[in-house]
Amino acid sequence: MAYKRQIDRLPIPPKDAKVHNVTCHYCIVGCGYKAYTWDRNKQGTMQDNALGIDLSEQQGANGVWMAPSMYNVVKQDGKDVHLAVIPDEDCVVNSGLGSIRGARMAENRPSTVTGTQQQRLSDPLVWRNGVHQPTSWDDALDLVAQVTARVVTEGSEDDLVVSMFDHGGSAGGYENTWGTGKLYFESMKVKNCRIHNRPAYNSEVHSTRDMGIGELSYQYKDYELTDTIFMVGANSLETQTNLFLNHMVPGMRSGARFIMVDPRRSVTVNAAEDVAGKENVLHLSIKPGSDMALFNAIFTEIVSKGWVDADFIASSTFQGGIAVAEDEAHPAALGSLEEAMKATNMSLADAAEICGVSAEDIAKAAAWIAEPKDGERRKCVTAYEKGIIWGNDNYRTIGALVNIALVTGNVGREGGGVCRLGGHQEGYYRPSDAHVGRPAEYVDQLLINGGGKVHHIWATDHYKTTLNASQFKRVHKKRADMVKDAMDAAAGGSRADLVDAIVGAVNAGGLFVVDVDIIHSQIGANAHVVLAACEANEMNLTSMNGERRLRLSEKYMDPFGNSRPDCLIAAAVAQNMERVLTDMGNADYAAQFKGYDWETEEDAFMDGYHQGNPDVTYERLRAMGNNGVLEPVIGYENGELIGTEREYADGKFTRHGREDQKALFCAAGWRGWQAAGKAEEEAKYDFWINNVRANIFWQSQFLDQDNDFIQDRFPYPFIEMNADDMAGLGISAGDLIEISNGNGATQGMAYPVETAKSGQVAMVFGSPAGSQGNIVSPGVNELVLPDYKHTWGNIRKLANATPRTKAVSFKSKEYTA
Amino acid sequence: MKCNKLVDAGRRQFLRGGAVAGVGAAAAMMTGVQAQAATPGAQLDYPSTKLANIADLAINDPVDIEFPDADSPGILLKMGEAVEGGVGPDGDIVAYSVLCPHKGWYLNYNGEDRTLNCPGHFSRFDTEVGGQQVWGHATQNLPQFTLRVDDSGDIYAEGASDLIFGRPSNVL
Repeated sequence: MAYKRQIDRLPIPPKDAKVHNVTCHYCIVGCGYKAYTWDRNKQGTMQDNALGIDLSEQQGANGVWMAPSMYNVVKQDGKDVHLAVIPDEDCVVNSGLGSIRGARMAENRPSTVTGTQQQRLSDPLVWRNGVHQPTSWDDALDLVAQVTARVVTEGSEDDLVVSMFDHGGSAGGYENTWGTGKLYFESMKVKNCRIHNRPAYNSEVHSTRDMGIGELSYQYKDYELTDTIFMVGANSLETQTNLFLNHMVPGMRSGARFIMVDPRRSVTVNAAEDVAGKENVLHLSIKPGSDMALFNAIFTEIVSKGWVDADFIASSTFQGGIAVAEDEAHPAALGSLEEAMKATNMSLADAAEICGVSAEDIAKAAAWIAEPKDGERRKCVTAYEKGIIWGNDNYRTIGALVNIALVTGNVGREGGGVCRLGGHQEGYYRPSDAHVGRPAEYVDQLLINGGGKVHHIWATDHYKTTLNASQFKRVHKKRADMVKDAMDAAAGGSRADLVDAIVGAVNAGGLFVVDVDIIHSQIGANAHVVLAACEANEMNLTSMNGERRLRLSEKYMDPFGNSRPDCLIAAAVAQNMERVLTDMGNADYAAQFKGYDWETEEDAFMDGYHQGNPDVTYERLRAMGNNGVLEPVIGYENGELIGTEREYADGKFTRHGREDQKALFCAAGWRGWQAAGKAEEEAKYDFWINNVRANIFWQSQFLDQDNDFIQDRFPYPFIEMNADDMAGLGISAGDLIEISNGNGATQGMAYPVETAKSGQVAMVFGSPAGSQGNIVSPGVNELVLPDYKHTWGNIRKLANATPRTKAVSFKSKEYTA
Repeated sequence: MKCNKLVDAGRRQFLRGGAVAGVGAAAAMMTGVQAQAATPGAQLDYPSTKLANIADLAINDPVDIEFPDADSPGILLKMGEAVEGGVGPDGDIVAYSVLCPHKGWYLNYNGEDRTLNCPGHFSRFDTEVGGQQVWGHATQNLPQFTLRVDDSGDIYAEGASDLIFGRPSNVL
């Protein structure tokens, strides 16, 4: 049954409703919205309302409309108020477009009145008498500090393992990365830490940075000004929806061609064909993992044809051989164009063989990217994401792609750029992480091998979003259960008895787990203390989007229950550490935990981001509204923050920190499968298991597990499959199927797709109802970047379609005109 | 695969003022009644609008309709086999709003796979599964109209499952 809201009328926001700037906190694009709040007993009229339009008239296409999902009743200053969160027509990012995620922000707020998001944590929980029990902040924080302080003083800070988000939006942002960063990188020097979606504390794009080019250097407007959009391993219509609709589509309508590199045909390819015409879209459906060979052939072809920007190469790139030698921290040498080409030389014919696409199409791609147009340098935006970030040979592959942008001078120029498309917004401001080292510790393996005694987890659910997840879960649970058993055995005793019991258990191989999150997550089931956090708009939050657009997303409601901003939780942990260490007689160490006397998130912002960016304050950001300012901020004049339209517009490259400010080319030599075990796995199993994302719950799936509209559409994670392959295995649409290999097994719902290649399936990533990470091998690159994308397995039917999956549409996701 | 013929024909009918006479009058009358009511009901009163007679329908041959008023275009479909929310002797007659609940674009009917498609932003809806959004940006499924068939085979629309794009109330 399709989900029906059975709503046929909504309250009308009155003219005097409070208006708040909101940046959608789900994906990296960060669309602008306006939140309206007003008293429960007030309403506007058809003619006199906050939207300023005559609501008694049917609004036309593209008109302003408040959908039921944009409405809720929430707490504000302790009172129930109406809330409407509506796309902002004046925001240059989305120009009034809402996404299927952002346009549900209101509905996905916790409400005790409408009953939405009752999965949200309202209070801290502690493992007590065999279950998770609600408790006070003082009680929970004391236990965290008592155990953590004992363990790090009896052993060392290396016994504390931390998993923490590094992103903006959601529960991230400059306030919260600073709070956690100050705690773990300034008060302590924790080196055994990892980021929310990968098993180490590292960059996903080391090579572009080492080449001097930050990964978000352009602005979205460049897509409207370019001749060619060159997209690799991304699906922007689903995962950067309004970047595609509001910037790439206008670019194509103005004549830009579109190249997609992806083994799978996605809805992005289909939409590009509709907009630009099939003759202006080139989909290079390469063999999985062969991207670097393709890029090297395009690079070689461009150089051999002379379609290079010689002046730019001479003035802005390194001359004279090798600048950085290949070593443990650099999986490829970096240096001059000539030096790189010694390693990257690849003929069209060789690449065609490796990639499984025609030499003609590769040559065509090179021409579309670089062949001069009307005697002028052709403009090309290069955009990439998880297809290569979580792909084969991350460092060299991204380096090989950046080489193409560099050699054609498409960096720092209008209509150019070589940028990742991104997942979350960004919002990283922390003390130096230099002590972590490079390569960083492979933290998942450390935990699996018995390392670490205390595990602090911040908005990270390894159960859904790590590789080798089957083994990780087994070990993590077993070690956490040792501590739970010890705590149960100490029931009724004093706090000192309890701490002794926990410390005894962790010294015997157990793991004490503290989970900070907005919901009781799957890994939270292993926790001994759960701390209840809130997210954007329940606090003020600053982040920047995929074009470095910094905005303040304003608080318009109270945190749910007694939940708190992450930065203030980090501060409270620090204050408790200071108190406990003082009581332990360790005054010097206790003093390291001073400096957290923050009352609000703004205090954390001023303590962190503002110190490095003194022009930026909440007041000034508020005045900049939903269009904000493009980072880096370089001044404040006439009441406005002054930003930076494009990075590297002066041809000086700085991301690597080199004094010569020259960009480096990457000697990205092709070497087949890089990560251990991939070639063997490919040979052993029948299906390539791609992992993909879906518009409907991209970056909101953790909340959408409690959203009826979403659960109605995909009650189980979808696994897109070729219809003949399904028939061969006796699988029908909606059947529950299992994918297994030597790493583990996972489950999902078979979704037949006409365009799916035989032997290739696409499973949605990160689902709470079937983790694709279960079957991903532990293989990583030299810098501990996981290759989630290259996984093979066998498939079998588990069960017939359930009533829920039978009720779902299995038609093509591709729009037809 | 394009299948615009039926839709284009239907759209012309719609622009001419509707496939079924009397709809606008019925809606206007109901609006007037509601405005005069001293105590509005907790739920909306929809007009009962005759859309067509079963005898007028052919399988997979869409008829353009207007409901609850002339500003709200929709589509009436006989699917040929029983479907969710279907009425009539075969349980196969359904009706939907054709304003995309994302940004209000007029949806095209693809008779080949029986979906309604948005030319603005590529969303699509399954007319055989209660208007479920197959893929897209809308935050709800397509408003499905509540239908009644009388003894003579006349089909009436008398309600809607979801809010129609571009209005704060389905009955304005």
